[in-house]
Amino acid sequence: MIRALLCFLAAILLGGIVHLSTVLATPQAATLDAYSRLTPLTPVNKMVPLAAPTADSEVMPFMDPAFATAVCRYDLTGGPLKLASPVSQAYTSVTFYTRKSIAYYAINDRAAGRRTIELDLMTAEQHAEVPEEEDVTAADRLIIDSPTARGLIVVRALAAEPGLMPMARQALAAATCTIQPVQ
Amino acid sequence: MRLLFGTFFTLLVAAAIGLGATWFTLTHGVAFGSLTVGAWTAWPKSGSVDIDPYARAIIARTGELPTGMGDGVAFYARTDDAGNALDGRCTFVISGMTPSARYWTLTLYDPGGRLVPNSIDRHGFTSEEIVRDSDGQLTITVSPLARPGNWLPTGGIEKLTLLWRLYDTAIGVATRTTKEGPMPSITRKGC
Repeated sequence: MIRALLCFLAAILLGGIVHLSTVLATPQAATLDAYSRLTPLTPVNKMVPLAAPTADSEVMPFMDPAFATAVCRYDLTGGPLKLASPVSQAYTSVTFYTRKSIAYYAINDRAAGRRTIELDLMTAEQHAEVPEEEDVTAADRLIIDSPTARGLIVVRALAAEPGLMPMARQALAAATCTIQPVQ
Repeated sequence: MRLLFGTFFTLLVAAAIGLGATWFTLTHGVAFGSLTVGAWTAWPKSGSVDIDPYARAIIARTGELPTGMGDGVAFYARTDDAGNALDGRCTFVISGMTPSARYWTLTLYDPGGRLVPNSIDRHGFTSEEIVRDSDGQLTITVSPLARPGNWLPTGGIEKLTLLWRLYDTAIGVATRTTKEGPMPSITRKGC
């Protein structure tokens, strides 16, 4: 009797371990995460507009159909990245994701406070190499540290009415992300 | 022999418990730090580096990109205020005051996050295109059949997910109380 109870307790304990380890391992094992879905559609370090989601097809689930979307799939091993995106009429936001889809930074047009959102994205090592005086003099230069060398930048522009979608898409067509090679 | 059997049995039960719990949590959207207002639930931390392991596993599995915390917050509804599942063959009315945000969008999806096909190609509303009542409140009818006013067609599918995204808002960032709404109510009006 005691033996059966012990077996049962051991099973629950082991089950807990199995549960936690499988939950933690899922992001590593996932083959259909956002980055993998975007890999065939987007070249590295280039801003690419995404097709609007329709009932028949969408790049990712739960995309907001009221937004025009552009994606830059980045790889910082070649140097820091410069992002520039004009602000559309209604609302524009830029969200940075790690390779595993974690949103580590997001900014919108009002927080950026200008007609263009300009950001420098670099790894912590590259940030450490930025000359200090350069960092200080360019006070309005916004530097974002990427926790991983690879990831996604998603620029979203709201079309407040369906008729404004062409304008939102046009604003995003001027968005760029370019590698600044280290001298 | 008994030892062998006992060990085998224990391992089998452990695997069943562990994998079953993982499957359940990942398919039922279990994550910590939720913010519930009426029928609407948001996970503001899922849009930041403080995302918990369950939410990480869920987004890796579904392939979605969560709304970033500096961008906005997304409220999900899968039932009405009374707890009835959102059935696309029924009529639901969303009404009340809208929460404070610079812009919001309301979108109707199937449980997998796909847009629902319908005759007028409408999948949601933005805060700019909604028609408001004379007192500033809004009324949206979610129904398979055409309705006057703000009609959101369901296409007659069995299960719906409504997603209310608030952009440039303090909700979910600054405060943690559940009284910070108001979020509109969802009421079933017949099937």
